[in-house]
This record gives sequence, structure tokens and C-alpha cells, in this order.
Amino acid sequence: MTETFRLDGTDVPFEAGETILQAALKAGRFIPHLCHHPEFRPHGSCKLCTVKVDGRQAASCTRLATSGMKVESETEELNAERLALTQMLFVEGNHFCPSCEKSGDCQLQATAYHLGMTNAHYDHFFPNRPLDASHPDFLLDFNRCILCSLCVRASRDIDNKNVFGLAGRGMASHLIVNSKSGKLVDTDFSVSDKAAHVCPVGVILRKRQGFFIPIGSRTFDKKTIKEYVDTRLGEED
Amino acid sequence: MRTDHHSAYLSPILEKYGENASNLMQILREAQECHGYLHPDAIDFLCEKLGLPRTKIVGVASFYSFFYLEPRGQYRILFSDNITDRMMGSELLLARMCKTLWLEKGKLSEDALVSVDTTSCTGMCDQGPALLVNNFAITHLTEARVDSICALVREQVPLEEWPSELFEVKDNIRRSDILLLEEDFSLRAALRQGPEAILSELKLSNLRGRGGAGFATALKWEACRNAAGSERYVICNADEGEPGTFKDRVLLTLHAKKVFEGMILCGFVIGSKKGMLYLRGEYRYLLGHLEKTLQDMRQAHLLGNAILGDFDFDIEIHMGAGAYICGEESALIESLEGKRGTPRNRPPFPVTNGYLDRPTVVNNVETFCAATLVAAHGGKWYSEIGTQKSSGTKILSVSGDCERPGIYEYPFGVTVREVLQDCRAISPQAVQVSGPSGVMVAQAEFDRKIAFEDIPTAGAFMVFGKERDMFEVARNFVHFFAHESCGFCTPCRVGTALLRNLMDKLHNGHGSAYDFEEIRKLNGILQSMSHCGLGHSACNPVLDSIAKFRPAYEKRMLHHEFTPAFDLDQALQAARQMTGRDDRAAHLAKGEQ
Ligand SMILES: Cc1cc2nc3c(=O)[nH]c(=O)nc-3n(C[C@H](O)[C@H](O)[C@H](O)COP(=O)(O)O)c2cc1C
Ligand code: SF4
Ligand code: SF4
Ligand code: FES
Ligand code: FES
Repeated sequence: MTETFRLDGTDVPFEAGETILQAALKAGRFIPHLCHHPEFRPHGSCKLCTVKVDGRQAASCTRLATSGMKVESETEELNAERLALTQMLFVEGNHFCPSCEKSGDCQLQATAYHLGMTNAHYDHFFPNRPLDASHPDFLLDFNRCILCSLCVRASRDIDNKNVFGLAGRGMASHLIVNSKSGKLVDTDFSVSDKAAHVCPVGVILRKRQGFFIPIGSRTFDKKTIKEYVDTRLGEED
Repeated sequence: MRTDHHSAYLSPILEKYGENASNLMQILREAQECHGYLHPDAIDFLCEKLGLPRTKIVGVASFYSFFYLEPRGQYRILFSDNITDRMMGSELLLARMCKTLWLEKGKLSEDALVSVDTTSCTGMCDQGPALLVNNFAITHLTEARVDSICALVREQVPLEEWPSELFEVKDNIRRSDILLLEEDFSLRAALRQGPEAILSELKLSNLRGRGGAGFATALKWEACRNAAGSERYVICNADEGEPGTFKDRVLLTLHAKKVFEGMILCGFVIGSKKGMLYLRGEYRYLLGHLEKTLQDMRQAHLLGNAILGDFDFDIEIHMGAGAYICGEESALIESLEGKRGTPRNRPPFPVTNGYLDRPTVVNNVETFCAATLVAAHGGKWYSEIGTQKSSGTKILSVSGDCERPGIYEYPFGVTVREVLQDCRAISPQAVQVSGPSGVMVAQAEFDRKIAFEDIPTAGAFMVFGKERDMFEVARNFVHFFAHESCGFCTPCRVGTALLRNLMDKLHNGHGSAYDFEEIRKLNGILQSMSHCGLGHSACNPVLDSIAKFRPAYEKRMLHHEFTPAFDLDQALQAARQMTGRDDRAAHLAKGEQ
């Protein structure tokens, strides 16, 4: 017999060692998330996936499911807090969606729509984060980095390269690349790297592909973030 | 070649640490002590020898306040920026030093000789204002002392030749009880009782952790003892980063042997061969003394092989490098492993998955000391001291507006009022117990007790006289949290910065009732979504001060509804600074805006 836990009042089956988020997504139940990706080890930093487990908050991407636990996710309180976190991510960086190549394909933007975000609410920090256009095939626009570390994990765990890393502390946290010059061109980064294709927002961008797919026919023009996550789980990569 | 220069000082360091990447923190610290900062060529060399990517070394180095990737001068001066330092005039002294040395705070001097900046509380609150020069503490700052430091810097006198009286640190013990009075402890006699007996005495004693959370020590040791795995570790948390706390500094100065003996006891009970003491970077001056104590203990056969029967145990000291978050036990373990000090996801907890993923006990300095008392005198004896729910004594670090700041040991249950009387507080209006993450206790509450069941504390006891502005106290604490957030989780990284900006907005006279609601909302998010205790408690000082010192806020509410944080005149500040102007014509009059 498989074990189950309760998510917003209905049973979700899980296997030993699965997290709440993994089991929920497998069962077609969406919980907002940004730093989780099914192919990588959980990180637990964005906190968008926070749920209440038996009355206490926990990140559902890192908390292991246990039999009979009561999990609340779609509550007004949690969604309001998720919305605030999303707004924090927007004001922390420089996100000018209309001029962003990733617009329509961006998970931050799609999550903002999903949560009903209509404004940034907080004062913008307007950080100064120069671009890195040194690489022949890729552009790094750090203005949009949400520090999810997916590129770090992909490069380290799948590409065996460590092209990306997190540096600094607190609000000075930022992404760095593995070269003495600090430029991407001096690393061994390549188009075929997994890390070239995991960024949920518009930081790691392929050059000369700008607006290849017109706005209006992009991922999240056609489906919601929930549907996107469902299909991603069904995909064989 | 440049690299040769770096390999010359790096090679012996690497050899000392066995070219082991988990010692990265210690390697970086010693490298910096040789060269003043971590030169890019030195990082090349370390990458090669340690087999680490550059992203990893730079990622670690840039996390800690005391590692520098760029030149910071031959003299790197950091003023302690706790509220108590400020109350004793640290800001004016810092300005004086900058003026005398012809430099701007935070920037390297033009001759690349010296830099002057601020740092979080250095644990010298009873003898402030204080500063660190190349991580060595100088206390009791006065104008005269600042001037003599400037003279030494200008004459480029090597730090080793600076007058030793500059570096004197006082113990200031004002009240001693069982822990500070205890002289002799026979480790061997204690060990002869056997691990089970020690553990059951510890249970009887009801000893709870002194680092803040108050977890039952016996349960922690037992859980670690019973955890699966062959190797176990004992870690002593001497990070003592909570502003206003300095009791571990004094314990390590006067009772280092007892601290180590507590660690040995723990090792014996849980079946561990290795202990590590994580010493905060600000206590660099204690390293020599602690190493010497360990050496003496090895000679006395209290450490090493076959201490009793086949029990082997030894202790290493690891230094931190300026990161409050590394006091959090899982961040501390990450740091010990040579990583960025990011708190881990919990569960699992260190007792099962700690250092190198192995069962580990992490206890505070004072907890280990108290454990030796229990082993010597029995659990029942210990449990009868203090209150029913809080057995034993607690060491308080008293600072702020009082005539006798220093170290006070009391049985649990002492009231705030009694402590205030003993330290001769000067018309106190509030006490911050347990530091910024603790509670702000107002006059009406002075009969409350220091105990887990009433006001729990890790030790800080900062007194504020009636002249003090409690809003500014809270603002200083909020700046501390924003500065020390590790940046891993969104709510804490961005939330503490937003809170800091809100408090600055109020400070600048642009507050409105709207901001209270924003603070309340931020608190909700920080408490419920943050990854660790830092984020959970970051709003405490603001909420407490709003609840208890509302007039300090009302005074700043010039506007009754929403006011934007943007201020045109303030925005001209950068231009004024660049042009060196601060005359009336360089300011917008209130009406002009
Ligand atoms: C942000 C943060 C900072 C902490 N700093 C310290 C510290 O400096 N010293 C300490 O002993 N415990 C500190 N703690 C508590 C430790 O995580 C841990 O609970 C403690 O070391 C356990 O020892 P104890 O049981 O003996 O108290 C801190 C916790 C948090 C969340
Ligand atoms: S990365 Fe996403 S959210 Fe950011 S600007 Fe681009 S589209 Fe907008
Ligand atoms: S670059 Fe993209 S994938 Fe990498 S940390 Fe930033 S947001 Fe995440
Ligand atoms: S998805 Fe769980 S914390 Fe980011
Ligand atoms: S301070 Fe970084 S996660 Fe809590």
C-alpha cells in the first residue's frame, strides 16, 4: 500500500524519500516554486514553495513527505506571502519585462501572473549590475538574477564544470563565473552545457536568438505556469 | 614571477593544513595574514593545489567580512559598530581617525597604507568603544588612544611592535557563582564514572543549552550517541556574534581548560575522537592562549591517545572570519567544512547529520563548562540551583548605561531589577536582553526573571538610560541584521534590507502610519518564510520598540498618510559630497521641494 499525506484536504500518494513538492507535482498538484527543478537536488532558497505542515511553515521542496501529515498550500495567507516574496525578487533586481528577451518564457513573470501581482509594491533597489557580453554565444544579464542557483547546480552536478557560483553575502550576494578575469568568455562554458538552459529568468541568454519566437506565442502565452510544470514533468530530457 | 612570491608563503600554510579543502577557511585566513589580502595569483595557486574551482574559493572568501579580495592596506582598521559603542562615542572617534589619516571611511587611503571601516559588535561592549586592527582588538578608545594609533600607522610601525597595553582586554568579573568560582576539576575522576553514569547525571541536572535555544543537553548528547555511524564530532560554538554578548570571551580567557574538559566529557559520552572549537574571527587575539592551553593539556595527558583506557580525543581550533550567521549551528558546520556559512535545511539535524554528514554535538562554550560542574557534583546538586525549569546559573554580559559593566553570574530566576541594581544602572528605561534577536524589556517589566520560562537569554544585557532614543537602538539592530543576513533565502535577504530602508526612512523624518503596517507585514513574512533564526527574529527589535516605546516613533511621524521614501534634497547629497559643499545654498529649503 502506498502512503499518503493530505494536501489542502485531499490525499497525495508519495514514495519514501520524496519531498512534499515532488509528490504534489507528480500528482498534478501545483505549488508555486522558483528554485526547484525536478532534475536537481533541492535547494530551498526562494521560499515560494512554503506550505504549512501540521500548522507550521516549511519549504515544501526540501521537507520530506511523511505519512498522514496535513499540508496546507492554497490559503489566502500563504498566497499573499508568496506574492510578497515575488515582489521582493522584482525590486531586488532590475526587471524591465517589456524589453526583456525572456518575457513570456520567464518563470518569475509567469509566477507573478499566477499570484495576481499588479505592481512591485516595494521601493526598487535599482542595483548596479553590469552585463557580461564577452562570450561569443551567450550574454549574461545579471540584472535579472534571482539567485536560485540552478545554473550553479547544473554546471557543477551535470556538466562537471563549476562555471557558475554564488559570491558575496546578504543583499550583496551575486553570481560569478569561473575565470580570473571574471568574464564568461574565459571559462569553459558551452552551448551544450545543461547550465546554458536552466535559468528560469532572463540572465543566461543565447546571442543572436533575440525575439526569435515572437511575443504572443511564447511558453506562458500558451499555457499557465502550472501547465508548464506539468508538461516539464512529463518530458523526457 | 609574482606567483613565486605567493607560493613562498602559501606552501607552508598548505602543508600545515594537509592541502585539505575542508580547511579552506584557515588557509585563507593565514594567507591573508601573510599578504594583507587574497591576491588573484594566490587564488590561482590555491585552486591548483586544493583542486578547487575559482568560483568556490571566491564564493567563500566573499562571504566573510574579514576576507579581502582587494588591497585594504597594511593596517586594516574596523570600528565595532554596536549600539553600545555608539553610545560611548565611536562615531566621532571614527571620524577623527579618518580625518587624521586623510581618508574616507570604507576606502583605502591614497598611499594604500590603511583603511578604516565599521564592523558588527566585536564583543568588547563593557570596555568600548573598540576596534580591530588586522583582527586584533583594541578597547577603551579615547581621542588620545585614537591619536596614538594614527601615529603608529603613519610611522608604519609593524603591528607586533605596537605597545602591548593597547591590546589589553579586561575580564571585568563582577559577580561569580558556581561556574566562575569553581577551581579544580578532575577530568579523570569524572571520566571514571563511565559514559552512562555521566549521561544520567546530565539528565538529572536538567541542564539546557546556553547558546540561546535552550535545548536539553543530555537529550542532544544521547541522540548523538545513539545515531548510526562510526565517527562522531564534538563542536564548541564560540562564535559569540550576538551584539552585546561577551561572556564566552571571558570563559575562554579564564576557564579555557574547563571548556575543553567539557568537550572531552562529551566526546567520551558520545564516542567521539575529535573536537573542534569554532572561534569568532574577532577573538583572534585568544588563539595563541587557546593553542597553548591545548598543548599543556596534551602534556598532562588530558588530550591525545588513551586518555582513559582506550579513549582517544583531541581538539582543533578553527577561526571564523566575521559572519554572525556562523553562530547558527548548521551554518557553523558548513563554515568548518570550508564553505560559505549558509544554514542547512533542517531536518536532518546535526546530531545525526552534522560535520561531514556525521553525528555531531554542537554546544555553546558555557554549556560545556556547566557540564563539567554536573560531572563533578552530580545532577541532583545542579538541578537544585536556579528555578524549577531553568537549573543552574547563567552568565550575563552587562553593558550600556551602568557604572559597573562586565560579567555577572547568577542563579537562574534573578530579576532584571536585581541585575540593574548590581551593575548600578543609570536611570534605566529599557534593557535589551539576549541581544537584537532577544527582547527589549521596558521599565514596567523589570520584575521579570531571567529564566527559560520568562526571559530566556544567550547572555547579552544592554542597559539604556532614559536619555536614549529607543528608535535609534532598534534602527542600529535592524542594520545589524541586514548586514549579517547570509542572503540565501529571499525573505531574509530582501526583507531585512527593506526593513532597514524603512527604518532609515523614519529616521530621515519621512515616516507615516502606512509604514507601521508595512513593518507588521514584513515581520509576518520574515517569521513565517525565513530559512533560519536570523530572519525569524530580525523584526523583534522593531516590534518591541513600537509596542513599548511608541512615542519614539510618533516623534518621527511628520506625515499621517503615505509619504514616498524619495527626498529630493537627500538625492543631492552625492553631488554635495563630490563638490565638497555643505552650505545653505547647496540645500533645498523645505518649501522648495
Ligand atoms: C542567527 C543565529 C546565531 C547564533 N549564534 C550563536 C552563537 O554565537 N553562539 C552560540 O552558542 N549559539 C548561537 N546560536 C544557537 C546555535 O544555533 C545552537 O543552538 C547552539 O550553539 C547550541 O548550543 P547549546 O545547546 O549549548 O545552546 C545562534 C543561532 C542563530 C539562529
Ligand atoms: S527576467 Fe522575467 S521578470 Fe525579469 S525582466 Fe525578464 S521577463 Fe521580466
Ligand atoms: S543566473 Fe539564472 S539560474 Fe543562475 S542563479 Fe541567477 S536566476 Fe538562477
Ligand atoms: S522552490 Fe522551494 S524554496 Fe524555492
Ligand atoms: S539569514 Fe540567511 S537564510 Fe537566514
